[in-house]
Amino acid sequence: MVPITPIHYLILAAALFTLGTIGVLTRRNVVIVLMSIELILNAVNLNLVAFSRMWGLQGQVFAIFVITDAAAEAAVGLGILIAFFRNKETVNVDEVDLLKW
Amino acid sequence: MSGLPQTADYVRILPELVLSIFGIVVMLLEPLFDERRSQRTLGSIALIGSLVAIMASVFQAQNPGFAFWNMVRVDGFSVFFHVLVTTIAAVVILTSYEYMSVQRIRAGEYYGLILFGTVGMCLMSSAVELVLIFIALEISSISTYILAGFRRREAASSEASLKYFLLGSFATAFFLYGVALMFGATGSTNIDKISPALEQSTVPPLAYLAVALMFVGLGFKVASAPFHIWTPDVYEGAPAPIVGFMSTAPKAAAFAVLLRILFEANAPGRFWLIWFSAVLSMCLGNLGALVQTNVKRLLAYSSIAHAGYLLVAFAAAPEVGVSAAMFYTAAYAAMNVGAFAVISHFANAGEKYVTLDDYAGLGRRSPVLAATLTIFLLSLIGIPATGGFFAKFYVFSAALKADLVGLTIIGVINSAVAAYYYLRIIVVMYMRESREEIPVRGIPLGLGTALVVSLAATIYLGVLPGRVLDYALASANQLMQTPASAAAATVNPGR
Repeated sequence: MVPITPIHYLILAAALFTLGTIGVLTRRNVVIVLMSIELILNAVNLNLVAFSRMWGLQGQVFAIFVITDAAAEAAVGLGILIAFFRNKETVNVDEVDLLKW
Repeated sequence: MSGLPQTADYVRILPELVLSIFGIVVMLLEPLFDERRSQRTLGSIALIGSLVAIMASVFQAQNPGFAFWNMVRVDGFSVFFHVLVTTIAAVVILTSYEYMSVQRIRAGEYYGLILFGTVGMCLMSSAVELVLIFIALEISSISTYILAGFRRREAASSEASLKYFLLGSFATAFFLYGVALMFGATGSTNIDKISPALEQSTVPPLAYLAVALMFVGLGFKVASAPFHIWTPDVYEGAPAPIVGFMSTAPKAAAFAVLLRILFEANAPGRFWLIWFSAVLSMCLGNLGALVQTNVKRLLAYSSIAHAGYLLVAFAAAPEVGVSAAMFYTAAYAAMNVGAFAVISHFANAGEKYVTLDDYAGLGRRSPVLAATLTIFLLSLIGIPATGGFFAKFYVFSAALKADLVGLTIIGVINSAVAAYYYLRIIVVMYMRESREEIPVRGIPLGLGTALVVSLAATIYLGVLPGRVLDYALASANQLMQTPASAAAATVNPGR
């Protein structure tokens, strides 16, 4: 039985971060892109909590702030998405193409 | 460490408090007023708020030091950016009066959001705790996401907002990941405690990754290449006064954060990061601007290039580089806010007239405004007797002092290339006949005041740069002293 060390948490967080990044870059639905960003933020939280075991509680406090911010961001993001949907009737990133070059 | 905050603590966040209170007042009064007539009143309240905040920032300068358990640090550096950001907010509010009524946007929260965004930007410049920096960054970003989409019946504006939001929160996530790794590498999120940890002979390898990731996040906010893709699209779609706002104020604040993280915290491995980003921003920004026909888009590319020039100062030695960068943000703010004030006046309902062709014959139709815009454009080129000249001069001489000959040559060539597209606007304004009859309106009081302020600032910085530069130098020295004082602080068991 291998003991679980901070390194394991870091690897898990890095994997989540990568998954989130891939999601943002490849998914076409804006809502799923938003969810992928949340995934990255959760990777951050995992990191912070894991480091908290080494350095003290401030990491956990930070994680709570990150969660709060994620909620605020999601609220504003969905509002912006609704405003966009009213104009273009789509939530597809490929069709966000009015402005280019 | 414990106990309630003292009065001094509140004095050290006084501008933020003032701005928040006025922002809340605007939001509370908004539903009580008649929609059509309230805009000017609400705008005036916001204007008073930002003016009081300027005074509060100046007042704050007499009371330097730390507040709220070393989360906020008031020093010459933070006061400089406080005054700069709040002044930009005031000028943008003045510009917005006319714009809002012409575009028929009736929403008091517009002014409220400008104030709230300014709170975030002010906090960014005085925060020395990564948690607070992150929160301030988010306050400023979320406000600007919404402001970018304020012409919400226009598809272009909501698209700009959506793009800005998606890429912005993506970049913030990178920044946060960097912060988390920095916490892991050094055991603290306080810049003054991070810097001694990074000064040891063996820097934890995690710290390099952390600095790189934080640079991605902040590089996005300042629109430096290769994180600049959003800039032209967002600047084209967002309301013109807001573009003037977000191309200067959040940028200045993000540069302040970058200065604090890179120099005060003594980030490792920063040099090549900055070098590449500076070169890429200058080249891509200027090359992109050459082919633009939309004036807002053109200035977006120009703002990328200016972020590049600014980063040149970052690559230089900290003693001269920091003050050069501070001077540059001020000069750039003066001329860019002014240029966008003129653009927002010409844009007309629905922002119809924003292409280069629409500017043809402007010299005849509206001589005063054309002359004003010309001065701002000359300043953006860097012609002597304007703020832009000394800004570039100090940046490049700082780079030369650090023996960055290659970077300086690339920068100077780029500013020569840049002259082409700025001059093209001037040529079109004066040498070409307008093809269609575009209605001309008089200059209203608010816009006139905004233009006079930014014109005065541009010329003042170009003719008498001494005082501002001296101030920047003094506060940069203060900033650089930190590692020593922080090391002294760790002798006493402060944790």
